[in-house]
Amino acid sequence: MARFGMAIDTVRCVGCMDCVVACKTENSVPEGFNRDWIATEVTGTFPTLHMEIRSERCNHCDSPPCVHCCPTGASHVHDVGGVVLVDYDKCIGCKACVASCPYGARFINPSGYAEKCTFCIHRVEQGLLPACVSVCPTHCMHFGDLDDPNSEVSQLLASRNHHSLLPEAGTKPRIFYLT
Amino acid sequence: MQELTITRHNEMIDPLLHIWSWQIPVYLFIGGLVAGIMIISGYFVLQGQYKRNVFSCFYLPHISLLLLTGGMTSLFLDLEHKLYVWRLYTTFHWTSPMSWGSWILVIIYPVLWLNTLIRIPERYQNKVPVFDRLSALINKHPVLIKNIGILNMLLGVLLGMYTGVLLSAFGARPLWNSAMLWMLFLVSGLSAAAALVHLITTDQYERELLAKADNAFLTLELFVFGGFITGLLTSTRVHIDAVKLILVGPYAAVFWVLVIGTGILLPLSIQLLAVNHKVKHTPVAPLLVLAGGLMLRFVIVYAGQYSHWS
Amino acid sequence: MSAYSRRKFLKISAATVTAATAASACTEASATPPAPARRATKGVERVPTYCDVCFWKCGAIASVRDGALWKIEGNPIDPLSRGRLCPRGTGGIGAHSDPDRLKRPLIRRSDRGREEWAEVSWDEAFAYIAKKMHTIKETHGPESVAMFAHGIGGNFLKHTLKAYGTPNFAAPSFAQCRGPRDVGFRMTFGEDVGSPERTDIKNAQCLVLIGSHLGENMHNTQVQEFAEAVGNGATIIVADPRFSVAASKAKHYLPIKPGTDLALVLAWMNVIVTEGLYDKDYVAKYGFGFDQFAASIAANTPEWAYPETGIEPEVIRATAREMARHKPATLVHPGRHSAWYGDDTQRSRAVALLNALLGSWGRKGGFYTPVSMSVPGYPYPAYPTAPAKVDNPGGKYPFAHEAISTGIREATITGQPYPIKGWFVYATNLIHSLPNEAETIKAIQNLDLLVVVDVIPSEIAGWADVVLPESVYLERYDDLNVEWFREPFVALRQPVIDSPDDQKPNWWMAKRLAETLGLAHYYPWKNIEEYLDHRLTAAGLSFDELKKEGIIRGAPQPIFFDDGAPSEFATPSGKIEFFSLQLQKAGFDPVPVYHRPAEPPAGSFRLLAGRAPVHTFSRTQSNRILSDMMDENEVWINADMARRLDVKSGDYVRLKNQDAVVSNRIRVKATERIRPDCVYMVHGFGHTARGLRHALQKGASDAGLITRYATDPLMGGTGMNVNFVTIEPEVTHG
Ligand SMILES: Nc1nc2c(c(=O)[nH]1)N[C@H]1C(S)=C(S)[C@@H](COP(=O)(O)OP(=O)(O)OC[C@H]3O[C@@H](n4cnc5c(=O)[nH]c(N)nc54)[C@H](O)[C@@H]3O)O[C@H]1N2
Ligand SMILES: Nc1nc2c(c(=O)[nH]1)N[C@H]1C(S)=C(S)[C@@H](COP(=O)(O)OP(=O)(O)OC[C@H]3O[C@@H](n4cnc5c(=O)[nH]c(N)nc54)[C@H](O)[C@@H]3O)O[C@H]1N2
Ligand code: SF4
Ligand code: SF4
Ligand code: SF4
Ligand code: SF4
Ligand code: SF4
Ligand SMILES: [Mo]
Repeated sequence: MARFGMAIDTVRCVGCMDCVVACKTENSVPEGFNRDWIATEVTGTFPTLHMEIRSERCNHCDSPPCVHCCPTGASHVHDVGGVVLVDYDKCIGCKACVASCPYGARFINPSGYAEKCTFCIHRVEQGLLPACVSVCPTHCMHFGDLDDPNSEVSQLLASRNHHSLLPEAGTKPRIFYLT
Repeated sequence: MQELTITRHNEMIDPLLHIWSWQIPVYLFIGGLVAGIMIISGYFVLQGQYKRNVFSCFYLPHISLLLLTGGMTSLFLDLEHKLYVWRLYTTFHWTSPMSWGSWILVIIYPVLWLNTLIRIPERYQNKVPVFDRLSALINKHPVLIKNIGILNMLLGVLLGMYTGVLLSAFGARPLWNSAMLWMLFLVSGLSAAAALVHLITTDQYERELLAKADNAFLTLELFVFGGFITGLLTSTRVHIDAVKLILVGPYAAVFWVLVIGTGILLPLSIQLLAVNHKVKHTPVAPLLVLAGGLMLRFVIVYAGQYSHWS
Repeated sequence: MSAYSRRKFLKISAATVTAATAASACTEASATPPAPARRATKGVERVPTYCDVCFWKCGAIASVRDGALWKIEGNPIDPLSRGRLCPRGTGGIGAHSDPDRLKRPLIRRSDRGREEWAEVSWDEAFAYIAKKMHTIKETHGPESVAMFAHGIGGNFLKHTLKAYGTPNFAAPSFAQCRGPRDVGFRMTFGEDVGSPERTDIKNAQCLVLIGSHLGENMHNTQVQEFAEAVGNGATIIVADPRFSVAASKAKHYLPIKPGTDLALVLAWMNVIVTEGLYDKDYVAKYGFGFDQFAASIAANTPEWAYPETGIEPEVIRATAREMARHKPATLVHPGRHSAWYGDDTQRSRAVALLNALLGSWGRKGGFYTPVSMSVPGYPYPAYPTAPAKVDNPGGKYPFAHEAISTGIREATITGQPYPIKGWFVYATNLIHSLPNEAETIKAIQNLDLLVVVDVIPSEIAGWADVVLPESVYLERYDDLNVEWFREPFVALRQPVIDSPDDQKPNWWMAKRLAETLGLAHYYPWKNIEEYLDHRLTAAGLSFDELKKEGIIRGAPQPIFFDDGAPSEFATPSGKIEFFSLQLQKAGFDPVPVYHRPAEPPAGSFRLLAGRAPVHTFSRTQSNRILSDMMDENEVWINADMARRLDVKSGDYVRLKNQDAVVSNRIRVKATERIRPDCVYMVHGFGHTARGLRHALQKGASDAGLITRYATDPLMGGTGMNVNFVTIEPEVTHG
């Protein structure tokens, strides 16, 4: 079974937010909310600076506390690619999953249910790339099966330095940042 | 020098998590209170005190039914997708404390109910034949009564623990990441319940007893706090930062003054004097304890949401 | 800001519209209404078109789902977008759904300065305009009507005005933008850099960016190629007073003192020449006047440049050698917005010369030779002969090869060399794009007619006598985009969805106006489809195919000298002019000479401006999708300076310039990412037009603070980085 993940190349990313805009239009994310976002981390003192720009979203964790804590099973691991999803019809809006995510990846849709990145599973199941990946003008985002050693993501992770976010939180995130 | 900017601006998430406001602390407080009540009342029932017309065995279960309903309402008010609340009861998720909680509450209602049936108030006697028959049945078998007592105590402990475990299960919120939290909430629930009895009962014996018990609970709570704080302080940087929120950070004033000061130390001193008959029993001490217990839930829920990784 | 206070600015807002005359358009049969209404069909329909959120014109495919505009993506067969739009293009659907859009034609019903408007029908609007135009023609001649038009959408209105008889057309894209660069390159290579820039970024092994903030400046192909170059491990060298996104990708970041780039470029050239690192064959073959050039820069050593630029001599040497090592695949980017300090043509010329030394012009990894399809224009009747243009009397700016927008403004104020009494403004917000707002307003007060064609109630629309609401690009046909690029192609813009109200496309307005003016014979076509079909057929292309595909590509042609592209230079010498006799003759430095810029007074900062990736100038702040990404600009202040000023990130402050103009409140970004002697903000915010409900008073306008500008003596460009500001505290409430 596939295990979907992303490898995002921070060397190429320019922080343009195209990924954010595309997610909004593709998924009709309501105004004022984001499923993905840009983090910019600057270290050093002018002019000797280092800057990492990251496009962030739900990490579709291998050990997802948001799924574990959900009392209704609305948050679940989808059979395709192990993608973490929310079944909006089961969600009671208790926000346990929101509190449980160390990345702040979830929010409550104004209609009351928990929402977050779906890895654009509706597109992926049609053989398309997630919207954010497909628009990125710098081609810095890569999506694929982490369990397939021949996939582009696996190859990139095998050949490049990378890190993930808050590995110490124990959630086993599946988005990796190439450096 | 590090500058971190994040473009996300989700309501209730950014810049800091604030998904839960008064409803959850109130729910947790009431949950703890009811847990304490169940333990105390169960204890009295077990001790056969129900034969005497004591407040703890007679009024407390009734009050707790109302309280529990209030607590559940509070929880319900917090839900963002209220019409789907029934979804809680179409499934059980053992990894989810909330799922446990919702089912525990389902069991607690009948158990509390049974407790009230040990003696139906006169007014309500001969109104619902089933209840009368049940009551008669229970009263015929003292073993049943003992078991009701035990069941109340057991479920009380479970409920009290649950209110803490609910939060401590959130690995993402370092302040709640403490194995002491369930104990803290359980002890605090007990002390609040004792204070409630102390406050309302007219029975001199009960009042004395519960005041003494409350003193013990409050003292215990101080130790549990010590454990809770040192536990976090000796953990990772994020946990240290988290506990600093209540020790020296934005929640320190409320914590030290309202939770520790007027919520524990002051009523403890008053009650120590009272049980030693240096001063008279007044409602002041138990009211302070109750308020302190509520503030504890507020501080822990608010500061806990504020606490975060990275 | 003198006589004209901000409060007097005219603003269009729904609330201020009086007496709504029922507006019904299209009473005449001659001009058929725009595209047939698209039915609210179920399912997803995909329509190719090209983007208009900026001037790059990326090929796009819009999706309409159940009759509503859903999303826009890049057209995979488009060589510009390469299937991927920039964030503004992706957010372009917000232009269609913007609730603040202009809806119906408006006519001012009182003196300028009052806010009384009437909604009118299109016929009434045209009748009003035509009457005024007749009067102007009779009293002053048709040349007294000038037009400012930015972008391809202005083509048809320009045609109408040319038919009317005026030669005066300008855009802020010359004197306020790429003019100095294009002239600098023209003086050197005989040709402009053009737009899209002819830069072969993707093949560059060494890319030098002097202020070009690619990644924030989102011109799509350039950014894509920039990422490609970075990914390929190209050496990136960035000179910028601010640690830009591009700087974060650089091997060498040079935190240059603003306004001193010419010194840096001269020093680079000095190193390359004295160390003999230049492309000797190339220079020998194509160069003119090299020896004089070499002599002229002999004193411009890195040690000389150090106190000017703040860049250590070793760094200058190391970067110069690095450039030389990768030649000719070293691209010293010419920039685009080059109207900075008033000496910009000479700076750009120095950049051109540095490229010449590296042999990058015409070479892979440098500058390619753009090619295009041959699509003949529509065979219109000849225009009436018109007098000389008004913007550059007597060739005051001898090397301006396009009209100077600020020159038209000046003529409007002075009445010299002849009066200008009417302005047509199409898709350019002159209040934000021209320096010194007060002068623009003064000129407007001299007009008998100001017509503004816009899609939203912009600041300039607020000053208009007649406001014509245009359909946004997703709702209309436009002229063909016959692009000059790496490969030939032609692109079509076609309607994707209906306009929500009584907005009309420019071609329809242009045709109706011509008809009202009695110039119907200039529009032999019935509607734009006929026009497009005519042009395409003449080029041997199929309109139907273009409608279906959005793009038709032509056969690739050689674009590098080494592959057979012609190595011709349209300079007087027919060579690359290291030494320019024409400049010398006109009294300018034949080889660029550095002059030290004025320093900010103590306690002041130089005001710099630039781009945010999610906005285009002043036009996208009310687009709800894009404003959701960024709804306010910030003023970047060096972290140390911020500490000294006792302000921190997120605080509101106001900026006050040397002429005591105070900005709207703006949030501080206290950051290590900028020098202590300047502050920076994103251009386009701080709207004052009340109809822009969503954008009103959010952030500050750099344009408002640009009361001074330094005019480039070669071509009339307006250097705008010459204003100094202080930081004034703002009392915040909550
Ligand atoms: N202070 C300052 N001034 C500058 C610059 C700067 O950075 N700072 N940059 C300079 C540069 S590089 C340039 S290129 C110029 C750009 O200058 P402009 O082209 O004037 O740019 P905008 O401010 O975006 O104004 C465009 C106007 O067109 C309108 N518009 C948008 N779409 C349409 C349409 O489809 N039809 C019609 N009819 N109107 C439309 C918008 O609503 C807006 O009012 O500004 C220059 N001036
Ligand atoms: N997202 C987005 N992209 C755009 C546009 C847009 O509106 N939005 N507009 C497009 C247009 S028409 C143009 S012209 C371009 C403009 O974009 P560019 O040509 O790339 O840049 P400028 O606006 O000239 O310059 C801004 C940068 O120059 C730096 N700078 C300022 N002063 C100096 C100096 O003295 N020396 C040096 N070395 N650097 C300096 C600033 O810190 C900033 O990083 O952007 C294009 N791309
Ligand atoms: S679209 Fe690509 S380059 Fe732009 S911010 Fe997102 S990941 Fe980075
Ligand atoms: S990132 Fe957060 S929401 Fe996503 S799977 Fe992990 S814990 Fe759940
Ligand atoms: S908010 Fe919804 S998805 Fe999240 S834990 Fe509660 S029920 Fe599950
Ligand atoms: S994968 Fe889809 S849902 Fe997730 S951030 Fe990207 S566009 Fe949004
Ligand atoms: S660069 Fe962006 S805004 Fe400009 S035309 Fe292309 S997609 Fe549209
Ligand atoms: Mo520009």
